Amino acid sequence: MHAPIPETYSPIFGKLSLDALPLHEPILVATFAVVALGGIAVLALLTKFRLWGYLWKEWFTSVDHKKIGIMYMILGLVMFLRGFADAVMMRLQQAMAFGGSEGYLPAHHYDQIFTAHGVIMIFFVAMPFITGFMNFIVPLQIGARDVSFPFLNNFSFWMTTSGAILCMTSLFVGEFAQTGWLAYPPLSGIAYSPNVGVDYYIWSLQIAGVGTTLSGINLVCTILKMRAPGMTLMKMPVFTWTSLCANILIVASFPVLTAVLVLLGLDRYAFTNFFTNDFGGNAMMYVNLIWIWGHPEVYILILPLFGVFSEVTSTFSGKRLFGYTSMVYATICITILSYLVWLHHFFTMGSGASVNSFFGITTMVISIPTGAKLFNWLFTMYRGRIRFELPMMWTVAFMITFVIGGMTGVLLAVPPADFVLHNSLFLIAHFHNVIIGGVLFGAFAAINFWWPKAFGFKLDTFWGKVSFWCWVPGFYLAFMPLYVLGLMGVTRRMRVFDDGSLQIWFIIAGIGAAVIALGIAAMLIQFAVSIWRREELRDDTGDPWNGRTLEWATSSPPPEYNFAFTPKIHTLDSWHEMKERGCERPTSGFKAIHMPRNTGTGVILSAIALAVGFALVWHIWWLAGAGMLGLIATAITHTFNYKRDYYIPAETVAETEAARTRQLAAATGA
Amino acid sequence: MSTRPLSAPDAAVEFYDFDEHDHPDGHSTMLGFWIYLMSDCLIFAILFATYAVLGGNFATGPGPRDLFELPLVALNTAMLLFSSITYGFAMLSMQKNWVGKTQFWLAVTGLFGACFLAIELYEFSHLIHIGATPQRSGFLSAFFTLVGTHGLHVTFGIIWLVTLMIQVSRKGLIQANKRRLMCLSLFWHFLDVIWIGVFTFVYLMGMLR
Repeated sequence: MHAPIPETYSPIFGKLSLDALPLHEPILVATFAVVALGGIAVLALLTKFRLWGYLWKEWFTSVDHKKIGIMYMILGLVMFLRGFADAVMMRLQQAMAFGGSEGYLPAHHYDQIFTAHGVIMIFFVAMPFITGFMNFIVPLQIGARDVSFPFLNNFSFWMTTSGAILCMTSLFVGEFAQTGWLAYPPLSGIAYSPNVGVDYYIWSLQIAGVGTTLSGINLVCTILKMRAPGMTLMKMPVFTWTSLCANILIVASFPVLTAVLVLLGLDRYAFTNFFTNDFGGNAMMYVNLIWIWGHPEVYILILPLFGVFSEVTSTFSGKRLFGYTSMVYATICITILSYLVWLHHFFTMGSGASVNSFFGITTMVISIPTGAKLFNWLFTMYRGRIRFELPMMWTVAFMITFVIGGMTGVLLAVPPADFVLHNSLFLIAHFHNVIIGGVLFGAFAAINFWWPKAFGFKLDTFWGKVSFWCWVPGFYLAFMPLYVLGLMGVTRRMRVFDDGSLQIWFIIAGIGAAVIALGIAAMLIQFAVSIWRREELRDDTGDPWNGRTLEWATSSPPPEYNFAFTPKIHTLDSWHEMKERGCERPTSGFKAIHMPRNTGTGVILSAIALAVGFALVWHIWWLAGAGMLGLIATAITHTFNYKRDYYIPAETVAETEAARTRQLAAATGA
Repeated sequence: MSTRPLSAPDAAVEFYDFDEHDHPDGHSTMLGFWIYLMSDCLIFAILFATYAVLGGNFATGPGPRDLFELPLVALNTAMLLFSSITYGFAMLSMQKNWVGKTQFWLAVTGLFGACFLAIELYEFSHLIHIGATPQRSGFLSAFFTLVGTHGLHVTFGIIWLVTLMIQVSRKGLIQANKRRLMCLSLFWHFLDVIWIGVFTFVYLMGMLR
C-alpha cells in the first residue's frame, strides 16, 4: 500500500524488506494496531484459560465433519467482517469524491480494496460458508457417520484457512493486487504489476484451491458411497442433491482455475508469453479460461443455498416439497448449462453475432430451471401452514430479491444491451442482487435453521428480526441506486467523479451500507445474546422445527458417531415418516462403532504450504524449496501411518444413548 | 419432537439397521481417486487448449518442424509405453500375492519412467541451448508447460512408486498396500494416455504444420 518497493534483493529475505511494512499509511497502521491488540487479547485469554490443548485435540486436529463444518463457518464469518469493511470503505470513498475532492483513499489503496473485497467475499466468505454447511449437514442427512475421507476433510479446511491467512497478510506486509478480483492480464502481468500484489493473489487462491478441490472430491464420494440403506438417489433430501451437483461443479471447474493461475504465475515468474501483448501471447485466452471456471463458480455458490431454501420452505410450510423430481432435474439442468454460458461475461470481446447469440440464448435458458424452482417453492407454500420463523423470513426475502436480480441478469444476457451495460454499475448491482439476495440470505436462513442442531439451543428471535429488518431494506437502499447509476453509464471501480449530479445516488448507497452494518451488528449481538441465554433457548428434543430429514432424528448437538444405529430409508422426508409411523428410538443392543482417528498432519501440511506461499510471493527461494521438500516429506510420512481408525466401545455408546433417553424424557415430560 | 408413537407402530417396517457392518477400509478410495484423476485430466485439457490456441504463435521464432526430432520422441514414447506394460505385470503379480515379482516389475517400471524423464530433460536442455526457450514465443511457452507438466507428473509418480516399494517391503501385500498400488496403476496409465495425446497433437501434428 505504498510506492513501488525498490528492487533490493537479499538471498535470505528475497524481496522482503522493512519497506514492505506500510508504516506511512495511517489507516493501515491503525487497522494493524486494532488487529494486533485483538489478536494478543485472544491469545492471552486462550492461554489463561488453558484452552490450547483443548483446541488442538478437539478442534484443529479433528476429523469430525461437524467440527470441521463449524470451523469453516467461523472462518467465513471472520473473513466476512474484513470483506464488509472493504465495502464500507469503497462506499465512503465514492460518496465523498465529488466536486474536485479526491476522497480519502489514494488510488493505490483504493484499487487494492476493490480487488480484496471481491476475492475475499467469493473465496473466503461464500465458499467457506457453503462448504461449512455441506460438511455439517450432508453426512447427517444421508445417515452417515462421517465423510469418505475424513483426513482429507481436515486438510482441505486448513488449506482454505492458509489461503485466507496469506491473503490477509498482504494487508500488512507488502500489498494486494490492484487488478480487480479476476486479475485480467496484461494488467496483472509482470510488465504492469511488477510488485507482489498479484503474487499474493495467485498463491492465496492456489493454496485455498487445493482445499476446495479436495473437499469437492470428498463430498461427491460421500454422497455417492455412504448413503444409508434404502436411500436411493431419488430419495435423497434436496439439500444433498444440490450439494452433490455443487461438488461435481467444484471438481469439474476448480482445476481450470488452478491451471490458468499456473499460467499467469509462469508469465510472472518465468517470463513466459501466455497472456502478454507481445511474443505471441493472448490475453483474451485468460479471460475465456478464467470464466470457464468463474461461471460454474457462481452456481457452486448458489446451488447449495437453493437446497437450503427447499428444506426451509417445506419444513416451515409443514408440507412435502412441491415437485421434488422437477427440483432435482432443474438442479441437474443448471449444473450442465452453467458450462455453456461463460462468454456472456465478455460479449464485448468481439467474437461476432453468432457466438454472442449462442451464449445469450444459453444464458436466458438457465432462467427456465431456476424459474421452475421458484414456482416449486411458491407451490410448497401454497395452502401450507406457514410458520414465519427466521429461516422462513430469510427465504421469503430471498425469493423477492433473487427474482429481481435474476431479471436484471436476463437483461444483461441480451448482447446488444450488454454492450451498453458492460462493466457498469448496473452489472455490479445485478451480481450483488443475486449473491447477497441468494447466497448470503440463504446462508443466514441456514444459520438460523441449523444452529440449534449444531449447538443444542436456538438463536434469539428478537435480535434475529432486528438483523433481518436492517439487512433487507439496507440491501435495497445500497444497491438499487447502483442500477440507476449503471443505466446512466457510470462504470465500476471508479475512485473520483466529475459529475456532481451523481453524488446523491452514491450517498443513498452509502446510507444503505450503513443500514447493512447495523444488520451485521445485530447479527453478532444475536449470536452473543443467544450464547448468553442458551439455557432458556435450549432445545432438548433435537428437532426444534418439526423437521423432515434425518439430521433432526439425532440429538443436538449430535454425538460424535451421529447415529447409534444407521437409519433405514423408505421414503423421501424419512424422519417425517419415522415420526408419522411411530418409530421407537432403539435403547439397547448397541455395538462398538468404527470411527476415524484425529491427526495433526493436515495442520502441519497447511502451515508449510502457507510458508511456501509467502516465500514464493517474496522470492525467498531457499524457504520455498525447503518448504516444498517439507511438504513431500510430511505427506510421505503420513502414508506410513496405517492405523487411522479406532472403535468407540459399545459401553460408551450405551452411556451416551442412555443420557439421550433421559434428556428426551425430560423434554417431552414423558 | 421425540419419537413417541403417534399411531400404532408398523411392525413390518424397520427404521434402523440393527445388523450393520462397518464400511470396509478404503471403500471409496478407488472412486475418489478416479474423480481426482478426472480433475487432473481437466488441467491437461486446459494446457492442450492453450497449446491449440498459442501453438501457431511463433513470434518469428522457431516452429515445431525446426525443433522436434521424431526418432528421439519415438524412443521416449516407447519408454513410457513399456513402463505401462511392466506396471501391468506388477499388478498381475500383485493379484497372485507374489511380493518379489511385484517388486521386480515395479522397479523395472520405475527405471523406464526414469529413462523417459532423462530423455525429456535432454530434449529440453537441447532446446534451451539452441535458444528455443519457454520465453521465446507463445508456442514455446505452451509447449514447455504442457510437456513439462506431464514430466512433473511422471516425477511424482516415480517418487510415489519408490515410496510404495518401501511400504510393500515393510508390510507386504496387505490390503491397504494393494489399494495404493491400484491407485498408482490408474495414475501411471493415465499419464500414458495423456502422453499419447501429447505425442499425437504436439509432436506428430506439429510436424505437419
